[in-house]
Order: sequence, then C-alpha cells, then structure tokens
Amino acid sequence: MNLLFLLIAPLLTAVAILLTRNRQQVKWFSLIGSVIQLVLAFALFFAYKNERAVATTQMLFEQSYNLFPSWHISFHLGVDGISIAMILLTAFVVIAGVLVSWNVEKMTKEFYFLLILLGLGAYGFFMSLDLFILFFFLEIAVIPKYLLIGIWGSGKKEYSANKLALMLMGGSALVLVGMLGLYFSSGDDKSFDLLKLSQVHFTIEAQRVMFPLLFVGFGVFTALFPFHTWVPDGHSSAPTAGSMFLAGISMKLGGYGCLRVATYLLPEAAKEYSNIIIVLSTIAILYGAFATMMQKDLKYINAYSSVSHCGFVLLGIGMLTTTAMTGAVMQMVSHGLMTALFFAVIGMIYDRTHTRMVAEMGGLMRSMPFIMTVLFIVGLCSLGLPGLSGFVADVTVFMGSWEHPDAFHRIATIAACMSIVVTAVYILRAVGQVAMGPIKENFIPLKDAAWNEKLAAILLIVAIVAIGVMPSWLNELVRPATEIIMNKFSGK
Amino acid sequence: MNDFLILMKSELAVTVIIFLLLFIKLSKGMNNEALLSLTQVLLLANLLLGFFFNKQGSLFDGMFHTSSLIAFQKSILNLGVYLISLLCADWLKKSQHMPEFFMLMLSALLGMFFMISSGNLLIFYLSLELATIPVAALANFDLDKRISSEAAMKMILSSAFSSGILLFGISLMYGATGTISFAALPQQLDGSPLQILAFVLLFTGFAFKLSIVPFHLWTADVYEGSPIAATSFLSVVSKGSVAFIFISALYNVFQPLHTVWYNLLVLLAVATMLLGNLFAIRQQNIKRFLAFSSIAQVGFILVGITGNSNASVSSVVYFILIYTFSNLAAFGVASVISSATGKENIDDYKGLYKTNPFLTWTLTLALFSLAGIPPTAGFFGKLFLISAGAGAANSSYWFITIAALNMIISLYYYLRVVRAMFMDKNDWPIEKIKTNRITKFALIICGAAILLLGVLSWIYDYIVSLV
Repeated sequence: MNLLFLLIAPLLTAVAILLTRNRQQVKWFSLIGSVIQLVLAFALFFAYKNERAVATTQMLFEQSYNLFPSWHISFHLGVDGISIAMILLTAFVVIAGVLVSWNVEKMTKEFYFLLILLGLGAYGFFMSLDLFILFFFLEIAVIPKYLLIGIWGSGKKEYSANKLALMLMGGSALVLVGMLGLYFSSGDDKSFDLLKLSQVHFTIEAQRVMFPLLFVGFGVFTALFPFHTWVPDGHSSAPTAGSMFLAGISMKLGGYGCLRVATYLLPEAAKEYSNIIIVLSTIAILYGAFATMMQKDLKYINAYSSVSHCGFVLLGIGMLTTTAMTGAVMQMVSHGLMTALFFAVIGMIYDRTHTRMVAEMGGLMRSMPFIMTVLFIVGLCSLGLPGLSGFVADVTVFMGSWEHPDAFHRIATIAACMSIVVTAVYILRAVGQVAMGPIKENFIPLKDAAWNEKLAAILLIVAIVAIGVMPSWLNELVRPATEIIMNKFSGK
Repeated sequence: MNDFLILMKSELAVTVIIFLLLFIKLSKGMNNEALLSLTQVLLLANLLLGFFFNKQGSLFDGMFHTSSLIAFQKSILNLGVYLISLLCADWLKKSQHMPEFFMLMLSALLGMFFMISSGNLLIFYLSLELATIPVAALANFDLDKRISSEAAMKMILSSAFSSGILLFGISLMYGATGTISFAALPQQLDGSPLQILAFVLLFTGFAFKLSIVPFHLWTADVYEGSPIAATSFLSVVSKGSVAFIFISALYNVFQPLHTVWYNLLVLLAVATMLLGNLFAIRQQNIKRFLAFSSIAQVGFILVGITGNSNASVSSVVYFILIYTFSNLAAFGVASVISSATGKENIDDYKGLYKTNPFLTWTLTLALFSLAGIPPTAGFFGKLFLISAGAGAANSSYWFITIAALNMIISLYYYLRVVRAMFMDKNDWPIEKIKTNRITKFALIICGAAILLLGVLSWIYDYIVSLV
C-alpha cells in the first residue's frame, strides 16, 4: 500500500474544509475524511500483516524522494509494527475527536481544519524515516494545539496555550540540536536517514551529549518529569477534542521519538542513562498518581493521571528489555485510546452539567446511563482491570521490568506497581461520586448521549476491549519491531 | 561596450527608471494613480530582466564584478522593491511626492547593486554611502510628523558615525596591506595587529548597517518614526544587501583572518539574538516590534555565516529570500491597517480576526514564517542557517543550543501578536478594511511564497547551484 495516501487523505480533507460554505458541510467533510483515514489505517494494517509474513526488511512500504540533496534530506517514508500501532491509534482518536466536536459553534471551520492538520502531523511523524521530515511533522503538530487551546479553550486558556507551545517548542529545539549532532557526526557520508544512521556507530563521547538532548527533547512531549508541567494546564484548558488529541496523540509523539530516535540510534548512551530514566519515570508515575488524588476537577484528574500513565511508557523504554519496550508501545496505544475516551466523557458531562467539579455532581447514572457506563469502563481501564487494554499494557511493562534481577530495578518496578493502588482510589472515588448517590434536582432532566457521542464512545471502547481481550495481535505486531531495537543492545 | 551593457544591466535599468520618473515629475504630465501603476510595471519589468542575460565578468580593472549568484541577489533586492511598491500602494497614492519617493528608493537600490558588485574597498565605501543617504531622506517622508524627522536625523547621524569608522578601517587597511582591491587583499593579510585593528573597524562598519548588537541602538527609533514603506525597505532590502556583501567579504577577502572573525561572529550572534529577542517581548508598537525581531533575525543570519562553507552562503541567500517575503507581508499588513486607521499598536490588533480574516491569516503566516514554524518557508530557512552554523569546523553544542533556544523566545513574542488577533476580546476592534486589489494581490503572493518556498525544494537547490 502506498503510504502517501495516509498523508493525502487528511490534506485533502483540510483543503475541502477550507472550501466549504456552511457548518454542516464542514462537519460532514471532516467526518467523511476521518472515516477514510480509519479505513486507510486498517487497510494498511492488513496489508502490513500480509507483507510482514514474507518480507525480511525492517521497514515496509518504503518510499523515498530527494528533497534537499545538498543537505542529504529525502522524503523517506516507511512503517514497522510500532508505526502501524500508532497510526491505528491516531485514526481512532481523530474520528472520535471529530464526532464529539459535533456541536462546536464558534469558528467551526477553523476548528476542524486545525484538528485535521494535527492528525496530518501525527501520521507524517509516525511514518517518516528521515529525521528532518520527522522533525518537520513534529513541529507541525504544535501550533494547531496552541490555537485550539487558545481560541476554543476554557479557564486560563491563554496562559496554558502559551505554556504548552513554549515548552513543546523548547523540547523540539533540543531535538533539533541532537538531530544536527547525529547528522554531523555520522561520518563522511552525512545523512538524516534513520536507517542509515542506525548502521553508524557513534563514539560514546558523542552519544553522551546527543542522547540527553534527544531524550529530554522528546520527553517533554510525553511528560517526562520534571518537564510535565504543561500537561495539567494544557489538558484542562483545551476543548474536549483538543484534550483528546493532546493526550491521545501528541503525547505519544514524544514516546515514539524517545524509542525510535534516541534509544534506537544511541544504544550505548541509553544504557548509561537508563537508571536516570527509570528514576525520573518512577517519580512521574508516583507523583502523578498522588497528585491526582488531590484534584477536584475531572479534567485535572485525567491530566495528572496521564502524567502517571505516560510514566509507564518511559519506564518501559528505560528498562531496556524487549518485553518492557513492547509494553511501553502497548501502553502508548492503550493510554491513547483510554485517555481520549476519558476526555470525551468529561466533555459530554460538562456539556450537560456545566461543571467539572466532582463534588458538585452526583447520581448522574439516573439521567444519563450511557455516559456513566462509559465512565465506568474507562475508569476500570485506567486502574488496570483485566479484559481491558490498560491491564495488558501495565502487566507487560512489569513483566519486562522484572527480567532485571537486581535490587534497583526491582524496587523501581514495585514502586511503579504501587501506583495502581492509588489509581484505584482516585478513580473509584471520582466515578462513584459522579455516578452514584442522590441526584441533584437540576440534573434530572439532562439528556443522555446523542448519536455522535455514542458512536465515538463505542468506537474507542471496541478498540480498548479488542486489545484487552486479545492482546496477542498487538503484541505480535509490535514485538518484532522492538526486538530489532533491542538487537542494537545485545548483538550489534 | 557590449559587455559593459550586459554586465551592468541591472544598474543601467534602475538608472533608466530613475530618469524616467524624474522627467515625468518635471513635466507634471501624470496623476498619482497612473504614475504608480506605471512605476509598478517598470519595477516588474526590472525584476524580470534580472533573470535574463546573466554573465559572469568584471569591469574597470576588477572594480565591478558580477556573477550569476550576484545577479540572483540583485533579483531578490528588486523583488523587495517591487513588493513594497505594491504593498504600500494606499499610502503612496496619498503622498504628494510619490515620484521622489521612488527616485530616492531606487537611488539607494542602485547603491546597493554597486555595493554587492564592488571589487574594491573604495567602490564599496562609495556605494554604501549611496545606499544609505537616500534612505535617510526616505525616513523623513512623513513630512507632517516630527517623529519622522527625528528618525531621519538619527539615521543620518548614526550612519555618518559608522561611515567614519568604516573609512578609518579602510585607510588603516590600505596602510597595512598596500592595496584596496578585494582580489589582492587576501595575499597581503597575515594577521598582524594593525591588520586586525583595521579589520575590526571595517567589521564595525558592517555591524552598524546590519544593526548587530551592540550597534543596534538606532534601529528601533528609526523604524518607528519612518513611514512603513521606508521601514520595510530599510529592514528587508537594505539589510539583505549588506548581508550579501558582508558574507562575500568575509569568505572571499578576509578568509585568512578566519579565526578572528569566527569568534567575533559567535559572540555577536549570541548577543544579537538574545538582545533582539528580549527587547522585542516588551514592544507595543508593531514597527518597533518588527525592528527588534529583525535584529534577532540578523542574529540568526550570523549563526549561518559562522559556518564558513558554501552551504552557509546558500542558506543565507535562501533565508533572505524567505525573509523578504515574510517580513514584507508583515509590514504590508501593518501598512494597510495603519493607512486605513492610523493604528500601529499591537493592542489595537485585538479581535482583528473577526473583522479582517484575510489580513489576520496573512500576518499570522508571516509571523509563523519569521518564527520558523512549519510548514512555512521560514522553518526551512532557519533550520538551514542553524545547520550551516553547526557544520563549522569548531562549532560547539552550546552555540547551537543557544541558537535553537532563541527560537523559543522569538516564538513567545510572535505568538503574542497572534493571540491578540485571534483570542483577545475587544469591544472596538478595527472595523472591516477594504484592501485595494493590488495590495491584496501582493499579500497573496507573499502568503503563497511563504507556504511554497520551503516545500518546493528545487528553489533551494537552484541557489546551491549558483554558489
């Protein structure tokens, strides 16, 4: 399958949106566009499975066009199992995001345009095999977020939008320096090409400088402690679809970059720094979990729990075992779906009750049973109930971490495990408070979910359950790719 | 004779236009509107001429030389002037002295052409003066505003000062080496203290014109006081031309002193980026704001120049091409708003999106390009400059990291304007402005160029092939 389709589809959708005349057209064009993206993502998934069975190369469906020959930059695309998983995730979140924004009335055209543009950036990022192009797509995804939060957000939106844009750009500035470091130390035959760079053996001195730049740079995107501070503000101020995209897609850009660029290309430095990564991510996991306990606002609850959950991604990468790394990728997918659903539900509740404060709600199960059921499901997924995706991902990371026999790794793993207990406390408390108990009078006449909201929720739940019940397909998809990355550590 | 015509075609064409305007002015045979259209057509023809009959060669014993790269650089300057004539059409039409405005601007342009083509220090100095003094008159063009005269005064004093230093440097250089020809200088340069002193003085002269920190103090006041047409000429065309001759002088003439100027450049690049950016944060007036942002942009150009390679030359030329479009688009929008409402403060732009979506999107694109956000061309321009700087033999991670982090500071203040236009509430936003067709056309060209220049990579390849 031609990967360009996945870039052209959102691009055409975006152009079509610009040409539309009224709100209805905008919405339907976006929906059709995102359905096409989902179909393409699935087509790619099946084509990949067929092809993988016979192919021996690391990347499939590769294509390359010279872009700036004097800088050795080429528009090089290709996918492996990790990319496919991330692309599927993106397609699901995009369509859900489009569906839940059905009632946006302020500047609808611009809103959907930016959403689709964000999706385009993510698809491009997950497919590029040239660091320059990768960086290009990484930055494309920043500014739409700024505008989405700043224009359609709520609360202290200008502050949050600025904070988010500046911190993410700061991260990408570090990535840029690290990337140039890779380019100029790649020997006589300079290149930005990921596959070529993976053949180069960088000196350990160079690796020691470049790895922190790249890992921290991408880490900012995925809430690496102590650079996570944009997460709570950004998420809570963003409009519903904005939060979904932010947590569901853009935080994953960082995790993917840490794995694909920093760890894969600079294995020796990754080994040296792995303890620091583990410590930082364990802190993020525990700190995020405990901070969530103190939150009263549903969006802040999910934002802080995202810090905690994304800590698992970095923990899995820092453990440097195949299983843990596979778990990290699964956690990215699982968290992406789950958190998108969570934010969608919060948005639905807020649209009806006009509050996000847990204490002000209660007994909503009676007036909106569907939304509350979804809230239960997503809550259970978040605390790792077997049968849902969260459990699979967490357990894979823990199993991978346990492969290390020494005390340091064991303690970190146990500490991270404990966060699940804390998660259970805050999730059950929040969900119980919102759904159960006596209902307030003014909440009785509220309507349950509309068709678009139901559709969005069902789509995401299907994906969550599909991973939870049959984790093997995801595992089989991702594991060969992580094995290749791990081979750099053992075999060389 | 034939050679003379072809090699000096750009200079001759500009001279012809100047004389034409002069005759028309004297005969008083045309109204403002018709004259403006005629001038625009002439400038377009002049721009197109730049792409044909390009030959390499030199005249007058090497005092004047040209090549396809120099011709391309001249075309960029021509393009800038042409766009200014379109973008500031509203303001120009109202002006009583429109032909004089063009005559002054084109005289300065002529000086810049000779400056880029100069093959010896004397011609360089003369043409630099020709490129500066008319601009001071341009700065004074808002005849009924005191601030405009003040700007002209500041400009003329500071440039006289810098010319003095430059001339001192040239005379010392002649004393130390016995030659003023660019071709003969490199062999005579051995890094003796006197030569280094002479070089530093010369460098200072350049630094004044490029408004490199700490020689930037005149910039903001002059930009603020001058009419926007003059400001945009100053910030785009004038800066661009000096940057072209600066890089070619450093690489071709003063290459033996590489270690001296490399360290100087690194130091000044960091200072220029930081100060330009930090001062831009506090500005309220859009012209002052763009003045400091252009200082910061020069800092980025210096980062590229430190690379000392062909890649640096092509990146700088490419960046200035992009910068021409981006900065002129920003100034163009500011000019439209200012000539319709007289408002020039960022706070006045609050809520602009509701009333003027086209202007808002153009300004947003321009600012994103200046900030280096993809998919605008500015992203590629800045990235190549930084990459060129990183390619220098003794480049350090610190320097490149500082340069990259400066992009964030600049993003902060560019976003301030974007925020004002899109997000801030305003009960009395600027009402709907009717943009005339020519200006709209120019803004669309700028916007399209900003979007396409980066993605169409063959333009960069073309520049690489010229170097």
